[in-house]
Amino acid sequence: METTGTMTSRRYADLYLRDAWYEFVRLLRAPAAAIPMLTFPAMFYVLFGVVFAHHAPQQASWVLGSMGAFGVMAPGLFGIGIGVSIERERGLLALKRAMPVPPGAYLGAKLAMAILFALAIFIILGVLAVALGGVRLELSEWLALLATMLLGALPFCALGLLVGTLASAQAAPAVANLIYLPMSFLSGLWIPLKAMPPLLRHVAPIWPAYHLGQLALESVGLVQASTWHAVFALLAFTVACFALATRRLQRVG
Amino acid sequence: MANPGPVPFAALRGVHKRYGAIVALDGVDLALAPGGLHALLGPNGAGKTTAIGLMLGLIRPDRGHAELFGGEPEHLAPRRRVGVMLQAGSLPETLRVGELLRQATGYYPRPRPVEESANMAGIADLLDRPYGRLSGGQQRRAQFALALCGKPDLLFLDEPTVGLDIEARQGLWTTIRSLVAEGCAVLLTTHYLEEAEALADRVTVLGQGRVLAEGTVAEIRGRTRRTRIRCRSSLRADEVGAWDGVHAAVQDAGILQVDAREPERVLRRLLAADEGLCELEVSRAGLAEAFTELTREAA
Repeated sequence: METTGTMTSRRYADLYLRDAWYEFVRLLRAPAAAIPMLTFPAMFYVLFGVVFAHHAPQQASWVLGSMGAFGVMAPGLFGIGIGVSIERERGLLALKRAMPVPPGAYLGAKLAMAILFALAIFIILGVLAVALGGVRLELSEWLALLATMLLGALPFCALGLLVGTLASAQAAPAVANLIYLPMSFLSGLWIPLKAMPPLLRHVAPIWPAYHLGQLALESVGLVQASTWHAVFALLAFTVACFALATRRLQRVG
Repeated sequence: MANPGPVPFAALRGVHKRYGAIVALDGVDLALAPGGLHALLGPNGAGKTTAIGLMLGLIRPDRGHAELFGGEPEHLAPRRRVGVMLQAGSLPETLRVGELLRQATGYYPRPRPVEESANMAGIADLLDRPYGRLSGGQQRRAQFALALCGKPDLLFLDEPTVGLDIEARQGLWTTIRSLVAEGCAVLLTTHYLEEAEALADRVTVLGQGRVLAEGTVAEIRGRTRRTRIRCRSSLRADEVGAWDGVHAAVQDAGILQVDAREPERVLRRLLAADEGLCELEVSRAGLAEAFTELTREAA
């Protein structure tokens, strides 16, 4: 009988990188997913941050922050939410569990995919903001926005994972949209919260997108948010969604 | 029954599994010997896919336990020696076949080269095609390539030839035979009895969550007491059907087909009753008949 061969750390590294890259490529090649994800934030930026801003740099920066937050919600909600629901329903998840896929490779690939998309959205928005919106930020502000956008994608990965484990492949796109658009609106990413009715303003902190928006706006120097409060809220939300989703995955596969 | 010989590659020991009110497996023992092809036969809902899912650690038994290479199926090490083709296991549509194959190959410690897997599965010319653009049969073959890419010691094939045309099915059979000849053990579930008959060394018949019979193809076939008699005759089927020792008789285009429990008696009577009887053929019932009888008894 042959013995089990060894998996060197080099092979492990290749495997994790390959899984992450293919997950990114998989979504990039699906126009229905990739095009809205990459073009909507850009389109809305041009509309609200350039056309309607009339050379008001403050509004151009505000839209950069809020559309940055809006943009990085999508890879998790749609890429992971719809992806997991399909893969669960059509048996790919079961196949991956039957194959010797090391722990974390499946989810790790999905998180890496979302972060790569968040990076792409950051670059697109950043270029538009500088070239068309006349936005000028300190290097530290750019880095803060980058970090906010890359890490800020993660709570919505967890939420997407939860959607993907609960919703059928048929229902997942609708569920993701029903979360995405109302939540981003109610979190003040479309219209500043101060222009909203008091009730909506007061309940805004229950939405994770509100905290992400606050952090993004703080990065571009527009609000004095309580950073740790927002980070803690997002972290708690991430852990809760992730725990519920993995529990459900273990139960129903 | 439990295999008294070497440690089985995979086994179920007294396994019970139910989904809500539906009993999928009701006390099943199954052992896969190292090497050879083991066919798992049974009608829909017999528990074949549940049995595979348990041996792969995809589901847990309610009672009893499942083993893979003497260990826990959930662990990574035993699964590195296994290749899998599930009944429903559709792959990401936008990835190319070559990418999917490279990805799967990377999970195994001593895999085959990608080209070799592709050749064996007959998809060497499809490596640059996105999976979603393949025909159903081509997708099945791509899944087969993923199953064998890790050079497994044990291959699980759940209904591998569904949706394949005859030529592709024959090609798959040839590859399965050569894998078995290399020493790879195979567990195959199938609806096609001729597939089990053509490939299997051992057969387990499942019905309603229980093992109805287990043995070699010849042993299972021997479980039926039926013999099939075919001849050209002017006798009427309904008349012959009423004879002692006849199970059923049908007539089509002048050919009379008689399933007999006591072939010698029936033959003597047939020859006496029709002097013009010709083109006589007598055959032992195949696996199909044995299988139908076993599963009907269970129902």
